[in-house]
Amino acid sequence: MAGLKVKKKKMHQSLGDRTVSIVCYIFFSICAILCLYPFYYIFINTISANDLSARGVIMFWPQGLHLKNYKSALGIDGLFQAAKISVMRTVIGTIGTVSASAFLGFMFTQEKMWHRKLWYRLLIATMYFNAGIIPWFLVMKNMHLTNNFWGYILPVIVSPFHIVLTKTFVESIPKELQEAAEIDGAGILTVFFKIMIPVIKPIMATVAIFAAVNQWNAFQDTLLLVTDTKLYPLQFVLYQYLNQASSLSALANTSSSSSLAAAAATTQTATSIRMTITVIVVLPIMMVYPFFQKYFVKGIMIGAVKG
Amino acid sequence: MKHKIDRKKWYSFKLFLFVLPFIVLVLLFSYYPLYGWLYAFYDYRPPRPFSDAEFVGIKWFKSLVENPIKVAQLWQVLKNTFVMSGITLGTSWIPMIFAVFLNEINCVPFRKFVQTVTTLPNFISWVLVYSVAFSFFNSSGMVNSFLISLGLIKEPILFLQASDHVWLTQWLWLTWKNLGWAAIMYIAAISSIDGELFQAAKVDGATRMQMIRYITIPSLLPTFFVLLMMNIGNFLSNGMEQYYVFQNAFNKEYIQVLDLYVYNLAMGSGSYSVSVALSMLKSIVSVILLIVANAVSKVTRGESFL
Repeated sequence: MAGLKVKKKKMHQSLGDRTVSIVCYIFFSICAILCLYPFYYIFINTISANDLSARGVIMFWPQGLHLKNYKSALGIDGLFQAAKISVMRTVIGTIGTVSASAFLGFMFTQEKMWHRKLWYRLLIATMYFNAGIIPWFLVMKNMHLTNNFWGYILPVIVSPFHIVLTKTFVESIPKELQEAAEIDGAGILTVFFKIMIPVIKPIMATVAIFAAVNQWNAFQDTLLLVTDTKLYPLQFVLYQYLNQASSLSALANTSSSSSLAAAAATTQTATSIRMTITVIVVLPIMMVYPFFQKYFVKGIMIGAVKG
Repeated sequence: MKHKIDRKKWYSFKLFLFVLPFIVLVLLFSYYPLYGWLYAFYDYRPPRPFSDAEFVGIKWFKSLVENPIKVAQLWQVLKNTFVMSGITLGTSWIPMIFAVFLNEINCVPFRKFVQTVTTLPNFISWVLVYSVAFSFFNSSGMVNSFLISLGLIKEPILFLQASDHVWLTQWLWLTWKNLGWAAIMYIAAISSIDGELFQAAKVDGATRMQMIRYITIPSLLPTFFVLLMMNIGNFLSNGMEQYYVFQNAFNKEYIQVLDLYVYNLAMGSGSYSVSVALSMLKSIVSVILLIVANAVSKVTRGESFL
């Protein structure tokens, strides 16, 4: 009897609750489509006949399948060089940021350090103020870091947010670990390399993934610092193509834009170049992101507690 | 004995020497730019070196409030900044609601899928967002050709060159990029709510909407409040990347926020000194806003976020 009553209640409740459920499922499905479809759309356009994609008629599935856009991507002016720069700044920048964050995150837990608190505050304060981009640009110019590859790397090596992440992690490790090693005669560097690094690997992975995405996506530093086309990363080259296309399409009316599209199915068009570069730039993020999502989430949670 | 103290001191100093190179980097890239503020008091014209520039006192600051063209421009820029930051601030509850209802999805794989997919746009750059926007909304893009094929319009609409609704469309792009990621903080906060609260509510016959209204949302409000205060600190700093990539000759009037204006002044028209003067004012006001927001948080919640 009692069981029946409970069951009845459940049935009664689930009516209103089910509406909530259904609305939620519909709403979030739309959200997911809004976030995924644009990438799918661009991708199917790069493998479709270029004359069709230039007219914007490929919407749901590819037509006139071909892979020539990716083959000829190498021939696009400056694209290979830009890819090289993008990869180099991502690799070197990430190594720099991760090593510095690990080392400083560890060192700033060393209470014996001369004026430790002062240095740490000096570092943390930079999270909250900013001289502004133009003053920053002017001193970068003074230091000859404009049109210089190291202008991409040096300013982001010491990154307070990542140091806070690492320091919080190091603080959760029992102090005895270091003390035991020191009794055995290990110096501070030995403690760091032999004892700390193996233990703090998870947080180093988190920092690495943040730093890599930041480097890969960086655009503003190129805009401010670099005029030498040899140093342009992929993001910047893509922006230039977009900018050209945008000024073209603002001038062109319907008839001329369709005459632009009168190319053959596999010859490169402005649209095919633009979309192919977009896919090349998005792809690494798309491949890496789902697998490393938990690291991102962990990072933001530790950061939220402390920062 | 003395020897021992010396060794202790030396060790403490040695630890400092290890971090010194990094402190130098911080000083160079974060503190040395403050020296760049000096340019605001000089008449600096780029090809000539700074050492040749003439000291002009607060001439540039005065010109910001006296020169009628500058005043009109600055007024429009401030309006853009305030409206766009205002919309963002006024809608900052949306990620919370997003998280609350996402949590109502019982099917875990679907929930995880939505969470992963909606956070993805946060990890692509603004250039890529613009590339997506361009693919859909340019004159021969998908939306136009779709509308034309339906016979709804004859001429393509130049969405990206439109000067109306710029504030709204920019907010929509920002939301598309950030919503899922902003919700993550709340999703984690929800998972830390004591499950017994929900059990008890269920026993009392509460509906799901009631549980959301009386349990979930109240326990998220502290997180919401902290993030709100941080947003207030960033009120003047919308960043320039988004607006830079979306700007063109047609929408420039409404898209130029303070950060972009500072950039355009210096790099576009070469007025470095005015730009630095404005930069400097912005930085000072931002720090004050941050301190005020922190004080408000201290008074109302007894907790500071700095």
